[in-house]
Amino acid sequence: MTLQAGDSIRRLKRLLVLGGALLVAAQVGAQDKQRDPFEGFNRTMYSVNEVLDQYAARPVAQAYDAAVPLPVKASVGNVFGNVGEVWVGANSALQGKGGDAGITLARLLINSTVGILGLFDVASEMGLERYNEDFGQTLAVWGVSDGPYLFLPVIGPRTSRDFAGWAVDTYADPVRSIRSSNERLSATVVRFVDIRAGLLPADRLVEEAALDKYSYVRDAYLQRRRNLIYDGRPPRMDD
Amino acid sequence: MMKKLFVTLIAALLSFSAVAGDAPDVLIKRVSEEVLEIVRQDKDVRNGDIQKIAALVDAKVLPHFNFQRMTALAVGRDWRSASTAQKTRLQAEFKMLLVRTYANALTSYSNQRIVFRPFRMRDGETEVLVRSEVVQPGAQPVQIDYWLELADGQWKVFDVVVAGISLVTNYREQFAREVRDGGIDGLIASLAAKNKSLEVTANNRAAR
Repeated sequence: MTLQAGDSIRRLKRLLVLGGALLVAAQVGAQDKQRDPFEGFNRTMYSVNEVLDQYAARPVAQAYDAAVPLPVKASVGNVFGNVGEVWVGANSALQGKGGDAGITLARLLINSTVGILGLFDVASEMGLERYNEDFGQTLAVWGVSDGPYLFLPVIGPRTSRDFAGWAVDTYADPVRSIRSSNERLSATVVRFVDIRAGLLPADRLVEEAALDKYSYVRDAYLQRRRNLIYDGRPPRMDD
Repeated sequence: MMKKLFVTLIAALLSFSAVAGDAPDVLIKRVSEEVLEIVRQDKDVRNGDIQKIAALVDAKVLPHFNFQRMTALAVGRDWRSASTAQKTRLQAEFKMLLVRTYANALTSYSNQRIVFRPFRMRDGETEVLVRSEVVQPGAQPVQIDYWLELADGQWKVFDVVVAGISLVTNYREQFAREVRDGGIDGLIASLAAKNKSLEVTANNRAAR
């Protein structure tokens, strides 16, 4: 695990150059008043994604959801969560939240040992909260604004800033450091299916609640990101 | 007979005054507990019996919501240009849409637990946030926050925020576009059409 942490930090250093370039791109975009200047393109991509989702991702996620017993699903989520804690902690630290970083480190240690390599989330039961941090949020805390909204098939919705952040997150992802390409692919697929399955209950909500699904998803995504950046307590925006 | 009626009346009055005095966090806790208890015991509700759910929501939940403020928030700037009649219709249609969304959430209830976060409130505050989390085995907890305002001595909810997404303000862009395309009446028509189609879907589902 310490090896992975060192690896992550080394990668981070290399990425700061790339990140810097992307930051500039995001900043330029932020000057555009509109949040969604590429709406036409995004709507097309959204439709493409709907088809892909309808015929591939959703059926697989539904099958997974129906076939896999709850404790196993929970463990899958826990293992990926545990593997990601190093990066979550690093981002807490980069945002100047030393206390959160410490708790995340404690979670990692507890769940990797008492929780048997992350299969069980013992730390949460002990009252150690799991934080949700990523590099996009770190960039936001550093003052980078959203930039234009983008929707891409499979990848889904992102602001430009979160795209840059996501590129860094992907680079720092421990799953990428799995040696065997078969295992790496399996881990990537299982995680994707796990995430998609977690979103299944939201499908019907969007279907029923939205007048325009594209806008509903976009605005929900933007609100959700804002909520994460403010760690669950954003100021109200009522005009 | 008269005596029985009288006792019932007194009991009703007493419970009403207790409700009126509830602090915002106590109110939210009590209402969620009551609703979940009914959902736990009533199989029809869990199976999506829309009539029963609507009755439940009407009796237990709606009295604690300020739908005028919610609708005004969702419509945003255009609210001011709406006539009184338009406001009434907007409110009715939006309410129906939100009730359906809420009913849908109730039917997917299994064995989640609601945990309330510590509630703080300053003296004289008239707008507060009650924060809670829905905890379920094998999944990340879902944050559910309620915004309440004090009016005429009663706390009423004017926004519900799920996982950071406001069920009210998330409509703002969609509503603004409808108003741009077809005016306030256009928005009312779209909402009515949406509610109509949801009703048809629900009926089809029930018929199956």
